[in-house]
Amino acid sequence: MAFIDYYKILGIDKNASVGDIKKAYRKLARKYHPDLNPSDKEAEKKFKEINEANEVLSNSENRKKYDEHGKDWKHAEEFEKAKQQQQQYQGSGQQSPFGDFGGGDYSDFFESMFGGRSTSRERTGGGVKFRGQDFNAELHLDLKDVYTTHKRTLTVNGKNIRLTIPAGVKNGQVIKIKGHGGEGINGGPKGDLNITFSIVNNTNFKLDNDNLHTTIDLDLYKAILGGEITIPTFDGKVKLKIAPETQNGVKVKLKGKGFPIYKKEGEFGDLYITYLIKIPINLTDKEKELFVELAKLRTL
Amino acid sequence: MSQKNLIPLHKLCDLYKVEMSFFSSLNDIGLIQIITLEQIQWIPQEKITDVEKMIRMHHELNINIEGIDIAFNLLQRIDDLENELNALKNKLHFYEN
Repeated sequence: MAFIDYYKILGIDKNASVGDIKKAYRKLARKYHPDLNPSDKEAEKKFKEINEANEVLSNSENRKKYDEHGKDWKHAEEFEKAKQQQQQYQGSGQQSPFGDFGGGDYSDFFESMFGGRSTSRERTGGGVKFRGQDFNAELHLDLKDVYTTHKRTLTVNGKNIRLTIPAGVKNGQVIKIKGHGGEGINGGPKGDLNITFSIVNNTNFKLDNDNLHTTIDLDLYKAILGGEITIPTFDGKVKLKIAPETQNGVKVKLKGKGFPIYKKEGEFGDLYITYLIKIPINLTDKEKELFVELAKLRTL
Repeated sequence: MSQKNLIPLHKLCDLYKVEMSFFSSLNDIGLIQIITLEQIQWIPQEKITDVEKMIRMHHELNINIEGIDIAFNLLQRIDDLENELNALKNKLHFYEN
């Protein structure tokens, strides 16, 4: 439980007037408000800090207590314990004009000084209904997991949510699940759950949008004479004809053998195969002899 | 047009304790689209998240309508850039491995 300098957080000095506090708070709130900094955890943390600082400093009683005991909060805790034996502390904090985003949890320091509190939104009680807070979660999956549409049960804030994961969802993509966020305030609707997909590719295929790319080793003789090979695709093996005189680095396209296209059931990207011709090594004398002969034929 | 998925504006005024003129101003500036059906003004349900954000900006941050318009345009640009960045990161990953 470290001492928190609320004056420093708001960038004001100890003699700041109520107006100065309000001004500093509004300026910082505009900078770090979660609506203006979506998905920014640092801003959210900062906003909580400035909310907490404002909660204390904008209330004369709390400010006085903080000024008296702030630096020696441990003594304040003892002082509070003694005081609590006589009467139960009743929160009398001035309501913050700002809503409480990110759960409204206060620092341990705040709790030690002022006790646990309900959030400012909960205290509003004035009948204004607000939608609940949006929750953000990250779901880690392998590329193979998102090749097919499937259902998965997630546990978010202790609640199990059955979720359909559509095939072809991309790394970094965010899916909004309506009504699975925080409870609404004063009977307002629930917030949403935003799930960010973090997809790891552990396969031999590279993904480029909906197309897959892979490299296949091709032996010299098949490359020259042509033939048939069996290659792996994402959903099994396929036979592929090799044209005679296939060059190294040549790319072939297998239509519809790529990755599923997001939200387009039954539609797939393409699979691109690049041939990497393997030159035989550890040649026998006979092989060398034949290659020399071939070379002579070419230079004639 | 069906009233399904539409929310009457007067209900929103009661719910969020805002004046009708606030929504009219948002409509005038093009931030929301008010639909009039059977002499009642409505807004599409899917716009509620944005509307709530606008109300918070206005009430909690003292941002005026023009400011909300600027903030929303900039937030939209951030969103577009984040999507682009994500697509480029995925593309870069393709060339890195």
